Amino acid sequence: MISREEKKKLKLAGADIRKGIMTSTYYAHSGHPGGSLSAADILAYLYFHEMHIDPASPQDPDRDRFVLSKGHAAPALYSALAYKGYFPKEDLTTLRHIDSHLQGHPNMNLTPGVDMCTGSLGQGLSAAAGMAKGAKMTGRDFRVFALCGDGEMTEGIIWEAVLFAAHYKLDNLCILVDVNGLQIDGRTKDVMNTDPLDQKFEAFGCRVISRNGHELEDIDEAFEFFRKGQGSGKPCVLLFSTVKGKGVAYMENEAGWHGKAPNDIQYKIAMMELEAHRAALEVI
Amino acid sequence: MTDKKMKATRVSYGEAITELGRLHPDIVVLDADLSSATKTELFRKEFPDRHIQCGIAEQNMINVAAGLSTTGLVPFASSFAMFAAGRAFEMVRNTIGYGHLNVKIAATHGGISVGEDGASHQCCEDFALMRSIPGMTVLCPCDDGEAKAMVKAAYEHEGPVYLRFSRAASPIIHEKPCDFVIGKGEVLKDGNDGCIIAVGITVGEALKAANSLEAEGIHLRVVNMGSIKPLDEALILQCAKECEWIITIEEHNVIGGLGEAVAALCSEHHPVRIKRLGVQDRFGHSGSAAELLKEYGLTAETIIQTVKEMREIHSTE
Repeated sequence: MISREEKKKLKLAGADIRKGIMTSTYYAHSGHPGGSLSAADILAYLYFHEMHIDPASPQDPDRDRFVLSKGHAAPALYSALAYKGYFPKEDLTTLRHIDSHLQGHPNMNLTPGVDMCTGSLGQGLSAAAGMAKGAKMTGRDFRVFALCGDGEMTEGIIWEAVLFAAHYKLDNLCILVDVNGLQIDGRTKDVMNTDPLDQKFEAFGCRVISRNGHELEDIDEAFEFFRKGQGSGKPCVLLFSTVKGKGVAYMENEAGWHGKAPNDIQYKIAMMELEAHRAALEVI
Repeated sequence: MTDKKMKATRVSYGEAITELGRLHPDIVVLDADLSSATKTELFRKEFPDRHIQCGIAEQNMINVAAGLSTTGLVPFASSFAMFAAGRAFEMVRNTIGYGHLNVKIAATHGGISVGEDGASHQCCEDFALMRSIPGMTVLCPCDDGEAKAMVKAAYEHEGPVYLRFSRAASPIIHEKPCDFVIGKGEVLKDGNDGCIIAVGITVGEALKAANSLEAEGIHLRVVNMGSIKPLDEALILQCAKECEWIITIEEHNVIGGLGEAVAALCSEHHPVRIKRLGVQDRFGHSGSAAELLKEYGLTAETIIQTVKEMREIHSTE
């Protein structure tokens, strides 16, 4: 169980990450706010609670690794990294600009704290499996977290990677799925149904838990489930049910906000909502 | 070639990676259910804990190799050229290439000399695919000695390397240890009447053709260009300046391979007549390696005929 104080800290971190997402996509005039907002609380927990990382030494060989397999949620990752101190928060306003280190999709050689180039869906999870295998082979005890989208589950390479992870007993690999139920062309169930995901992952040899991806007690329980599985010889899957666009009312559950930036007025409304929410968290 | 010693460069790869593995504990080898064909079974038997069987899933194998490389290991990912460069292209490009990761892709069964398996397994597009990836080094040896030297050079090079080996045996050209350097070609026979620039299994044929024409008083230069990328630009331009024309030959589609690279370089810096021999924008076919090399015009006979045509054109100009 996380303390009340820790919970407040993580809620504030989630609110900050959301502000960063809106600011970066607004200044970029493009990007993917919807699927970034749905992942904000998961990233807050990872970067401000779970992962053994130090922004001062982003290449520490013993650090935990994070791979954003749903690379289009780069605004969420960049926001988490900036608030964690990997680079100045002001950089977020340069997302997707010609002179910025913040590419439309993550680049490990340009942005401090990014552990793998991603953007092509399905790519990240198998690279994360390689990292986890590398940890086992080199006798290091770092853990690898890979965040995937539910739409991404239709990529064949996802299941190649899961087979590999189970075969090699990669219990140091934690597969997080941001199940927001929407993708570019509509509802994930309608575009290409992948349900039931829990049974599929279980059949592939994983330990699976399903929790709410916005409630911190739920997120904490899911990660506790992962931690308890160290030594089980099974990769772990955390299925987080989330709301696409979470935190910005007009974006919530709208597939249209998958890959569209807010305009001036939309940005102002979103920031007012996020600021108000953040202020409320402060006084609770 | 029956009088010469022959060896398939895939066998050389298996031997070289095993030998190198004894010296360097950071080397790991990945396979996609083909270790008996890629000849990495030698490594697998000696270092079972450093061999990673990935099953028939080449895309995943390439990305796993990428992930492994970030933990300080030096992965050699092995499969047939068709699957390593072809099926897994986007993973090679987006994960290994874009990340500029220290992964070596060791592709066996390149070109049509794969033989009886036919077109589905005969990759004649891998040079084109791999050389178009920024920062990728692309190598293809002509014989056993060069193959072993290339495996060592690939290991010592920091960054992604694509190595292409053959299934079919090719003659031993380097009797002594070969000093291969990435970005360097080698002049195997001197002459100024014309220049043949060859790569891989065709180098032996180029030498055979040049030696046969020497008896007719035609002094041809033969260059082995095992480093497809980076090219030995200085050597190629020197050949363009000192020889009347250039013939390139490769076991690859003439689109996108060595010939185009040489032609592009010369057209920008020292235009000279160039004839590109290779697979003429066709798919492969079943047959023996020898039959296929003849059918696709990759033998000494085709080179000799082409030399005569080039001399005819040059004399009338």
